[in-house]
Amino acid sequence: MPEPSKKEENEIVDEGIDVGVSRLTEDKIQSVINSVIDAETGARLKIYVDTCIHCGLCSDSCHYYLSHNNDPAYSPVGKVKQTIWEILKKKGRVSPEFIRNAAIIAYTQCNLCKRCAQYCPFGIDIAYLMLVVRRIMHKLGVTPLYIQDTAHSHSVTMNQMWVKGDEWPDTLQWQEEEAQTEIPNLRIPLEKEGADIMYSVIAPEPKFQAQLIYQTAIIMNVAGIDWTMPASVGWDNSDMAMYTGDNEIMGRLKRAHFETAERLKVKKIVMGECGHAFRSVYDMGNRWLGWSMPPFTIVHAIEFYHDIIKEGRIKIKKKFEQPITLHDPCNVVRGAGLHEKARYVAHAICEKVIEMHPNREHNYCCGAGGGVINTGPPFKMTRIEGNRIKAEQLFSAKTKGARVLIAPCHNCHSGLHDLVHHYEIGLDIKFFGDIIYEVMEKPELGREGK
Amino acid sequence: MHTFYNFVSGPLTWIAFLLFFGGSFYRIVNMLFLVNKKEKFIFSYMSWRYSLRSIFHWIIPFATTNWRRQPVLTVITFAFHICLMATPIFLLSHVILWDESFSISWWTLPDVLADVMTIVVILGAIYFLVRRLSQPEVKYVTSASDYVILTIVAAPFVTGFLAYHQWFAYPLIMCLHVLAGNIMLAAIPFTRLSHMLFSPFTRAYMGSEFGGVRNARDW
Repeated sequence: MPEPSKKEENEIVDEGIDVGVSRLTEDKIQSVINSVIDAETGARLKIYVDTCIHCGLCSDSCHYYLSHNNDPAYSPVGKVKQTIWEILKKKGRVSPEFIRNAAIIAYTQCNLCKRCAQYCPFGIDIAYLMLVVRRIMHKLGVTPLYIQDTAHSHSVTMNQMWVKGDEWPDTLQWQEEEAQTEIPNLRIPLEKEGADIMYSVIAPEPKFQAQLIYQTAIIMNVAGIDWTMPASVGWDNSDMAMYTGDNEIMGRLKRAHFETAERLKVKKIVMGECGHAFRSVYDMGNRWLGWSMPPFTIVHAIEFYHDIIKEGRIKIKKKFEQPITLHDPCNVVRGAGLHEKARYVAHAICEKVIEMHPNREHNYCCGAGGGVINTGPPFKMTRIEGNRIKAEQLFSAKTKGARVLIAPCHNCHSGLHDLVHHYEIGLDIKFFGDIIYEVMEKPELGREGK
Repeated sequence: MHTFYNFVSGPLTWIAFLLFFGGSFYRIVNMLFLVNKKEKFIFSYMSWRYSLRSIFHWIIPFATTNWRRQPVLTVITFAFHICLMATPIFLLSHVILWDESFSISWWTLPDVLADVMTIVVILGAIYFLVRRLSQPEVKYVTSASDYVILTIVAAPFVTGFLAYHQWFAYPLIMCLHVLAGNIMLAAIPFTRLSHMLFSPFTRAYMGSEFGGVRNARDW
């Protein structure tokens, strides 16, 4: 079968991958692969590969496959064939060129969204297999440049965006002052020991979306939440190391995050509208540290908004008028089952909610998740062309009247933004927080956080 | 021919059953040991409730999204697998053999029904073969081993069908039938036919992860 898209990929130059590959020999590849397979994998890898009956029933689940006119090279099992099967068959003795292709597949043609796990009759976890490939690539030093840069940032600064130590409290103070023009006695409580909630964000918020912190401060203040943010490292809940395969740094990040919450003696951690960070804190990072479930109650923003609206802690002045459609982010929907709570919030704050199909835990991924958007400009079109199916879904929601797309996840937000622009769909994209901030009752003098 | 028949239906059948039961036991125990040694955390996520919830959805035709998306395949694969397992166990001729050898017997299928079920298995195997050859997404991931295991599964039914109707050289066909059945039994634990052994475990684990951690449906 002709694979034109594959040909184009060979022209992509990613310095991280290409320089990494140039340093490899077959001996080195084999020894690294076998060390990962021997030391870090076990029954799952073996049984998944031995059990797969090559039926191809996972194909229809994958947005890359559907978006490439059913090109089998993009089906979940097709990606496994081009990576893990070959690696196991050759007992790790594969060429540098093979590694290059496998890295491109594992890092840029799979969002680790786990939709295929819902379609495989045996429940084979193909995302796990792709993570094994990424782990091998990380150990081989063959990671895409842009996402590796964020992993470096995590390593050096304990946040994703090279935010320096003083810039963090500085940004919070700046947003506090801004918000005080609206609610004069508003505070963003820093380092408040014994607060009910530690609020954590991803580093892009202070870096270039500080208004989100502003909005949260207003919501927290009006709802009378006893909250705090840490002034030390541990404030950033994001984790691109999880996606490069750098599990050691993932562990350091999550340890810092949990220990900060422990130091502040809070009851739970509430996190902003981010999906991958939730996956890291709730599913992957905690496991690496030996916690079967997180040591703290982790509350995603969707659930937090659901609770404060349901408890009447914030009131809706006037519902958002424009019809909205709701995107279900994989990591908090297929990853945590927050889809009904998201709908509760959407209906509580918006006049009209138009559903996309398939939805809830059968949603299509935005195409940005799993670190794919973080591989940056070299793979932007891989991501956009690989998710035409989502664009069609968005367009269909638009024709049913939707004008605004709510995406309660940072990566989804950015990924959908690219889709909406490229395919000229014409939807405004918002976070829940944007709309709640806009439609909620804001008393002249907010109740001060206690 | 008699000597050959006595050999395949005697020692070889003993060996095939030993390989099947012993091999299945070995593979499952080996898997559990491996989990215990390297991925012990899996045990802490396993849940009977969510395991069974997931398994039940997937062993009922049209109870999952993907089964509903593939109606033809769903009907054929369920018919194929049910007939594949039920026919040899409940075939009158087979039960007679058990009775003669060990004086144990159980309910049997009427011969006509067993014949139809055999045809269902053969047609199912042909469907899977055609699907492998014609569907790009299946063809792409097909290797020689897929044709081999399909042949291993189809052979006892094709020969059994011919033997029952006594077409061609009956004594030879009968010997080949016993041989093919033995090969299939022995191959189950050691080829990807082992999905018969492992799929309940993989399904249960994914069901437990989706139910217990992800709070989402995996069907």
